[in-house]
Amino acid sequence: MSEIHVNTDAALRTKALEALLVEKGLVSSEAIDRVVKEFEEDIGPMRGAQVVAKAWVDPDFRKRLLEDGQSAIAEFGFMERPDTELVVVENTDEVHNVVVCTLCSCYPWAVLGLPPTWYKSYAYRARVVREPRKVLKEFGLELPESVEVRVWDSNSDLRYMVLPVRPDGTDHLDEASLASLVTRDSMIGVTRL
Amino acid sequence: MSEDTVSRSVTDMDESIAVPRSNGELQFDAPWQARAFGLAVALNEEGAYPWADFSGQLSEIIALGERSGEPEAYYEQWLRTIEMLAIEKGLISESELVAKMTTVAAEDDHSHDDDHHHP
Repeated sequence: MSEIHVNTDAALRTKALEALLVEKGLVSSEAIDRVVKEFEEDIGPMRGAQVVAKAWVDPDFRKRLLEDGQSAIAEFGFMERPDTELVVVENTDEVHNVVVCTLCSCYPWAVLGLPPTWYKSYAYRARVVREPRKVLKEFGLELPESVEVRVWDSNSDLRYMVLPVRPDGTDHLDEASLASLVTRDSMIGVTRL
Repeated sequence: MSEDTVSRSVTDMDESIAVPRSNGELQFDAPWQARAFGLAVALNEEGAYPWADFSGQLSEIIALGERSGEPEAYYEQWLRTIEMLAIEKGLISESELVAKMTTVAAEDDHSHDDDHHHP
């Protein structure tokens, strides 16, 4: 067997490291599986997209979602931290909502996953409150003056998610296909679909 | 809720050392990267080290790589962070790790060419 050197294949190193730590009882392979699965599949904007698609096709669900976001997403088995409230704000042709956390980077992670880099940036946090239309324009979203822009400031007790407007020409699509149209940015409110 | 604690540790990492992601989801270019990611987080959950120690060590390795002008890819650095931390904390020794790599490499060889006899 050749000598192990710094260039040893990373896949092999990972496997050896895991095997050794499992042998020593410091971690279990099941725990690693669970962490990876949580991050890879369960946590991410696809959860939010499912919620949005359901709200588009099911008016009763939409009503529940807008009244009490936390309870409505619980129907999917999703949950924000128990001590926080999830408020879902609805975009319409007349109103556009955009979410920020001016103090830090509070974010509805249970439905949207990891926040994008720019969400945490000082520039976004400071500017979207002061000049929302200009910031949205930089994201490629130009809104007519007739559309009212509402900026929602998240905090540790209150997280916001935007319910985007259902795009035109999607009447024939089922819930799953609709969900695939929904982007993270549209649920933060920096884009429209 | 552990799920939340985990998520917050990872999402609160400084931008200079943040995990690669796309549209809010983690981006892994190879299965071992996901494994290394899970290993670091699971070790933290099991109390092997505080997350601050992990992110501190990772930050040092990334800074070193930048100074050298030839930084390793993100998850190579991530993996090196776990190796260094596990050795530094006395969870494993370097010689044990090297020995394990040899064993694992030999097992991999076995499984790849099993149509000939081994002594």
